[in-house]
Amino acid sequence: MTDLNRLTISDARDALRKGDVTSVELTEACLSAVQGAGALNAFVHDTPDLARAQAQAADARIAQGDAPAMCGIPLGIKDLFCTRGVPSQAASRILEGFTPEYESTVTQNLFDAGAVMLGKLNMDEFAMGSSNETSCYGNVVNPWRRGNDEAALTPGGSSGGSASAVAADLCLAATGTDTGGSIRQPAAFTGITGIKPTYGRCSRWGVVAFASSLDQAGPMTKTVRDSAIMLGAMCGHDPKDSTSADIPVPDFEAMLTGDIKGKVIGIPKEYRMDGMPDEIEQLWADGTAMLKDAGADIRDISLPHTKYALPAYYVIAPAEASSNLARYDGVRYGHRAKLAQGDGITEMYEKTRAEGFGHEVQRRVMVGTYVLSAGFYDAYYNRARKVRTLIKRDFEEVFAAGIDAILTPATPSAAFGLGEMTDADPVQMYLNDVFTVTVNLAGLPGIAVPAGTDKQGLPLGLQLIGRPWDEGDLLNTAYALEQAAGFVAKPAKWW
Amino acid sequence: MSIDLETAAKVAKLARIRVDEDALPALAQEFNTILGFIEQLGEVDVTGVEPMTSVTPQRLKRRDDVVTEGDQQDKILSNAPDAREGFFAVPKVVE
Repeated sequence: MTDLNRLTISDARDALRKGDVTSVELTEACLSAVQGAGALNAFVHDTPDLARAQAQAADARIAQGDAPAMCGIPLGIKDLFCTRGVPSQAASRILEGFTPEYESTVTQNLFDAGAVMLGKLNMDEFAMGSSNETSCYGNVVNPWRRGNDEAALTPGGSSGGSASAVAADLCLAATGTDTGGSIRQPAAFTGITGIKPTYGRCSRWGVVAFASSLDQAGPMTKTVRDSAIMLGAMCGHDPKDSTSADIPVPDFEAMLTGDIKGKVIGIPKEYRMDGMPDEIEQLWADGTAMLKDAGADIRDISLPHTKYALPAYYVIAPAEASSNLARYDGVRYGHRAKLAQGDGITEMYEKTRAEGFGHEVQRRVMVGTYVLSAGFYDAYYNRARKVRTLIKRDFEEVFAAGIDAILTPATPSAAFGLGEMTDADPVQMYLNDVFTVTVNLAGLPGIAVPAGTDKQGLPLGLQLIGRPWDEGDLLNTAYALEQAAGFVAKPAKWW
Repeated sequence: MSIDLETAAKVAKLARIRVDEDALPALAQEFNTILGFIEQLGEVDVTGVEPMTSVTPQRLKRRDDVVTEGDQQDKILSNAPDAREGFFAVPKVVE
């Protein structure tokens, strides 16, 4: 077999079980792909020795006939996951040199299933960003280009390294995390699939916290089937995360029948934004037609508080971030500023945090501090939490009226150029998450599926939103959409 | 609501992030842009609406109050920028 790094998880699993390939071979193919892809800046801490050891162990396990689906599959892991003995710094200077003494539950679950870690993946600092331009490791580059134009494009963010690595076949799949769209937006920008499960499906233990009531981990993969397989291995109840749900994890892959006859798909009118490019509008209409042709019942629905999701998010997420990031004080781990003669503990905190946090993180921590401060708590934070209740209620009402899933665009545009948004005000960048952020606020599962390309040949994605805990049904609808859309384009290799 | 330089400086102080004097005007400007965007929430009628505390209706689990993974002083201190004699070390706090 050639180009083993290009395999999907499901094909690799079948080949491993048949003995056509070994995990060591798969892993070597990926390690050399990673080596040759420095220009993408996707992998930031390589772990080849660990990968080879894990691959050998996986091969031994497969030989014994004890092989879960993820056994021997080489993965990239977002830098937000704490991995024992391997630098884990959330793409921030403030965690420089931090090597955890423990393993996040999600990566432990994957390793227990036999998965192989190739290394850690670049991301926006503390997962705050939509273009992977806030990382202390520098920008990630999207393997896709606008035709023959050599301008470097963003892979999206915050899971930009994960998206770029999967799209460029550096690994078979990657972990991501999603607080406002950080799995789905980069998946859409790079022509891959990414699912954010229901809040509580994946344990947050050992995942560097951004906004605890919104953060969820999920898989970023080449196909919907791969997302079903990998999500099953990542999730499950964890006593170490009190918000982790103690409910059974179904066999998601077994639920992929492709049959969606009679399923009711909602099309929310509030997602038709002013100034939305025609291509996005067309993609959405095409996706709707595909689901209809597959036998789904299409209904227009209304989610009246959609407009307020982004402003509510930009109160709640910074508020939680300001609290979560208070732990970076230069005392217990990571960076500590050099102090001047006579500096006390306050100077240590202030200098450490000024040096350690990048500009966007500082801004969000301070916005969060402001909205939580005396006199503004009610006006901003409590009001945003009330609006969040209304946003969730909008979804509950349409699901109660019989809607099985909701179809929307994943992003308001295709991937844009790195640096193109530098002079825009921060709110312009925040608009990237306009279609995805509602899902985090309501705690729902959402999946981005590649469904077409724009005039310049860049991938575009559609988003499906499902009922809580119904990832299996959502994945099946996504599978039907994937089959109908038949998106198979790959970026031409230039790196 | 508009943020002036004094408020920007106060927020930076509360957040324990040192911001140079000459960076305050740009910072205040950014705060104002973001807060201007957030102001839209004022349009929503939230009368009688409960603020959300948990997005998934579940009762948080309780566990027995026992030590599960104790006695790991070395591991806990292993990433400290400055640790001495089994403690985290910081600049003098009390004169």
